[in-house]
Amino acid sequence: MNARTLTLGLCLLASPIWAQGFAGLGTAADGFALPQSPALFNFPEDHGPHPAYRIEWWYLTATLTGEDGAEYGVQWTLFRSALAPREAEGWDASQLWMGHAGLTSSEAHFSAERLARGGIGQAGARPAPFSAWIDDWAMTAIDPEAADALDALTLTARGTDFAYDLDLTATGPLIFHGDGGYSVKSAEGQASYYYSQPFYSVTGTLTLPDGPVAVTGNAWLDREWSSQPLSERQEGWDWVSLQFDSGARLMGFTLRQTDGTAYTAATWIEADGSTQAYLDGALTMTPLAVTDVAGREVPTEWRIELPDRGLDITTLPLNPQAWMDVSVSYWEGPIRMTGTHPGRGYLEMTGYD
Amino acid sequence: MIQTAVSTLLSHWRRHPGQLATLIAGLALATALWSGVQAINAEARTSYAQAAATLGQDSLDRLVSASGRPVPLAEFVALRRAGYLVSPVISGELREGEARLRLLGIDPLTAPPEAGAPALQGEALDLPTFFTAPGLLLMEEETSLGSLPPGLPEIVLREGIPPGAALTDIGTAARLMDQHDPSYLLVARVQPAGLPPLEQATDLRLERPGATTDIASLTDSFHLNLTAFGLLSFAVGLFIVHAAIGLAFEQRRATIRTLRALGLPLRSLLVAISLELAVLTLFAGVLGLVLGYGIAAALMPGVAGTLRGLYGATIPGTLSFDPVWAASALGMTLAGAALAGAQALRRTASMPILAPANPRAWALASARSMRVQALVATACFATALALGVWGGSLLTGFAALAGLLLGAAMILPASLGLVLHLTGRGARGALAQWLFADTRQQLPGLSLALMALLLALAANIGVSTMVGSFRGTFIGWLDQRLAPELYVTAASLDEAARLRAFLIPRAQAILPIVSAEVPLSGRPGEVFGHIDHATYRDHWPLLQAVPDAWDIMASGQAVLINEQLARFADLSLGDPLEITPDLTLTIAGVYSDYGNPAAQAIVTLSRFAETFPDVPQTRFALRIAPEDAPMLATALREDFGLPTDAVINQTQIKRFSMEVFEQTFLITGALNVLTLGVAGFALLTSLLTLADMRLPQLAPVWALGLTRARLAWFELARSLILAALTFALALPVGLCLAWVLLAVVNVEAFGWRLPMTLFPADWLRLFALALLAAALAAAVPALRLARMPPTTLLKVFAHER
Repeated sequence: MNARTLTLGLCLLASPIWAQGFAGLGTAADGFALPQSPALFNFPEDHGPHPAYRIEWWYLTATLTGEDGAEYGVQWTLFRSALAPREAEGWDASQLWMGHAGLTSSEAHFSAERLARGGIGQAGARPAPFSAWIDDWAMTAIDPEAADALDALTLTARGTDFAYDLDLTATGPLIFHGDGGYSVKSAEGQASYYYSQPFYSVTGTLTLPDGPVAVTGNAWLDREWSSQPLSERQEGWDWVSLQFDSGARLMGFTLRQTDGTAYTAATWIEADGSTQAYLDGALTMTPLAVTDVAGREVPTEWRIELPDRGLDITTLPLNPQAWMDVSVSYWEGPIRMTGTHPGRGYLEMTGYD
Repeated sequence: MIQTAVSTLLSHWRRHPGQLATLIAGLALATALWSGVQAINAEARTSYAQAAATLGQDSLDRLVSASGRPVPLAEFVALRRAGYLVSPVISGELREGEARLRLLGIDPLTAPPEAGAPALQGEALDLPTFFTAPGLLLMEEETSLGSLPPGLPEIVLREGIPPGAALTDIGTAARLMDQHDPSYLLVARVQPAGLPPLEQATDLRLERPGATTDIASLTDSFHLNLTAFGLLSFAVGLFIVHAAIGLAFEQRRATIRTLRALGLPLRSLLVAISLELAVLTLFAGVLGLVLGYGIAAALMPGVAGTLRGLYGATIPGTLSFDPVWAASALGMTLAGAALAGAQALRRTASMPILAPANPRAWALASARSMRVQALVATACFATALALGVWGGSLLTGFAALAGLLLGAAMILPASLGLVLHLTGRGARGALAQWLFADTRQQLPGLSLALMALLLALAANIGVSTMVGSFRGTFIGWLDQRLAPELYVTAASLDEAARLRAFLIPRAQAILPIVSAEVPLSGRPGEVFGHIDHATYRDHWPLLQAVPDAWDIMASGQAVLINEQLARFADLSLGDPLEITPDLTLTIAGVYSDYGNPAAQAIVTLSRFAETFPDVPQTRFALRIAPEDAPMLATALREDFGLPTDAVINQTQIKRFSMEVFEQTFLITGALNVLTLGVAGFALLTSLLTLADMRLPQLAPVWALGLTRARLAWFELARSLILAALTFALALPVGLCLAWVLLAVVNVEAFGWRLPMTLFPADWLRLFALALLAAALAAAVPALRLARMPPTTLLKVFAHER
């Protein structure tokens, strides 16, 4: 059994970018539910899994600083990928789970991956008390009294040569992307449910080959689920989550299309949590420099413009080699912005195979 | 010039196409025999390695429950949630009447990379179908064509899956086997950073690869036997090649003399002969490869059946073409031809240009080389003896084998000459004296063919003795291990108690099976607790024992140990053995325990329970009238509710194993007949060649009044006598061979000695076969002599040199 081939296939299922092209899965989602506008959320239930939808993720990125001022980035992701729109029981593998963990310093980048099937308890998510886990990696609510289940979390993950254990406390509300959480992903109308908690402050410990490092910083959690989020014409995406020194935040993405055009969207988040969604064309992301990463040309420096906000910034990676060497590999790492709105953030780029 | 020489040399074959055919057939048969055995050997080894590699059996640790039952699913999830990289496997056999299919249900999501079988490579698999009900089964085409149990999901053909097995998702296996819990867990080699050792995190037993099965060393033993057979056929083949080339040279002695006399330079002659030899050898070699492939392909299903039944190691019954063995077989033929050719060339080079082709003179000259051969033989024997007695390694064991065979072959002409000389002295009358003298005269020409016959016969005796002994051992081992009719396993002490209550009115005896792993004499070992029962007294053959060993043992004062422990720790009867620091018992007996690499000891059940109070008694062997066993098994499953795999009917397994083992005899039997056939063929070619050369000797005897028919009978009788004498020498050589294999090679390889059993009935059969081969070989030339026109004989006088 070639586990790699299989996991590759699994990632094809899990990753929104490639989902459309995978044999046996048409864009018409057979039996799966489709996101509807307007989006109506029901918490805490919606923090948990939605097995009727094909794909879903709990996606956390953190920009961290050690006591000596050294910068770090941490990624923790749990993907759910449904082969059939039903709850899994026992060995039934209708719900598959995949975890990715990344840890980036200026000198090194670590990544790890876990796979599991739902139904036996090895991986899963539940809304109350909130927990999302795969093996011993977990994102778990620690304050049952909190206003929102996601307000206070612990986060753990472990690879063969690294580990981390972080405490997260939200300092602002959940925010909703697109039209109240209904996020359109293409001109053809593909969409997903998409909300975030971008206001975490973080304390915790990273375990590196040289020993433990105490860190503090910020984190951003994305929650998204859908059944057919992308168009067949889309071949990859470049996504950023940015925290400006001013306290405002920005989520933006560019979906690269096969005809050379791009589909963009952005959400401007004020420090108090009020948001403004920007539709296709408002945001521009322009690659400035490419780096040879794992034998590929990957644009690691970007110019990002949002004229409506007077934003014109340049992003530089903490470590241009932040390559996630997992079943389907991609670039994901912490960045620093200069220009009109300095700050720190995270950049994810897929489809550069 | 060379062209002329070559065409002259080749013209010989045009005039005598029969001789060309025999030369090529001889070379081809030798190649076929060697390459056939090699091919079987290589295929079995590759397939076994491949089967072992499936699911990383060869490299990954496993976690199993101490009771032998499946691992609770919760235990697997708990280990994963604690961070350990373990992967569940549900394996078992689906059976419906004669149809059976081994299922390997794996979890591709957690399987370590080392567990990778190449099943899903190549075209993409429809993953949703693979992962969700009803699922997919991946298997080889050969498996899919066999008889399969009904109710299987869709089958997808994939290379590289063991025959008779299907690879599938663990969910599909769970459904088909109706088994929720994993059979065992595979342990990834690299575990995440900062976790305590796995042993501390679970009560499951960690099995290291290699130590998982006592079957592994038996499989090794089988491969070793095949290797030994390969070695023997190599030797036989080498002699046959040598004989064929040597005879081709002798046949053309006169032609060569003429060519030289006509002024052909020696160098050109040598080049021409070499060229011719190379071409013929290549042609015959390729032909032999094809034949060898045929032999191997015909025998392969038997080998596959043997390995599958005996060891559960599945290999395909078909043969794949491997360029390596083809090249090695061809290389062997070329090397043999070069060796034989070098001797022929040397003789050509040293032959006086106008030397008369005088057979008697040649025979006299070869008397000297016979003495040299005898000396070499003595040296070979001495070396073999020294290596056998003081060698102490596998390599020296094989070297001893080689020395023994080579020595026996070398001493043969001298021994035959001596016997003929001694009996010839007692011969009365001119005819009898001529007969003995003429036989001795023929010896040099026949010696190579007779050496091949000797080796073939010795190999036959050696190998059949070894296989027969192995078979006897195996039956004993099966009886010892599988004497009870049923084996049952309870899930808990509670269930065990209820099981006992259920069984007491139904079974004749309930024998608990308990064991604990403890170091014995500083090595990993296992201690078993037995109750005193006739099953053991009757079925456990003791190699050594003090008087009343079982009674002393039953008193709790003594211990029985296996041969492995006795050998490596150098323990003997009466020695103390420390079981635990608090318990030391005297050794009352040593029992044979073939196939088990580990040390083992048996104490009484009460001793065991005192010493290891924590080991639960949940497994039982049941004695019951064999005909009632299936009924009780059904009752245990249906009325008592034990899972299918918790009740094992061993008589069925035993019968199946024995049936399969008989296949081994078909294989060795077929190989034996083939070897003998090739040796007989060598004898035939030699006799045919000699028949032409001997006319000048026979013609005067005929002229003196002996009829052609009588002369022909003499020819036949002479062959039979030579074959009988060769057999007389082959018998002790073959027995020595078997002894070295069983007592030296096996001990070095596995730590246990197979007892040697003699099979005189087989010898008689072989003796008859040897005579038959000799008679068949001599029949053609004898018949030809009987029907020879008198003018041919008269011509001898007309052409008197």
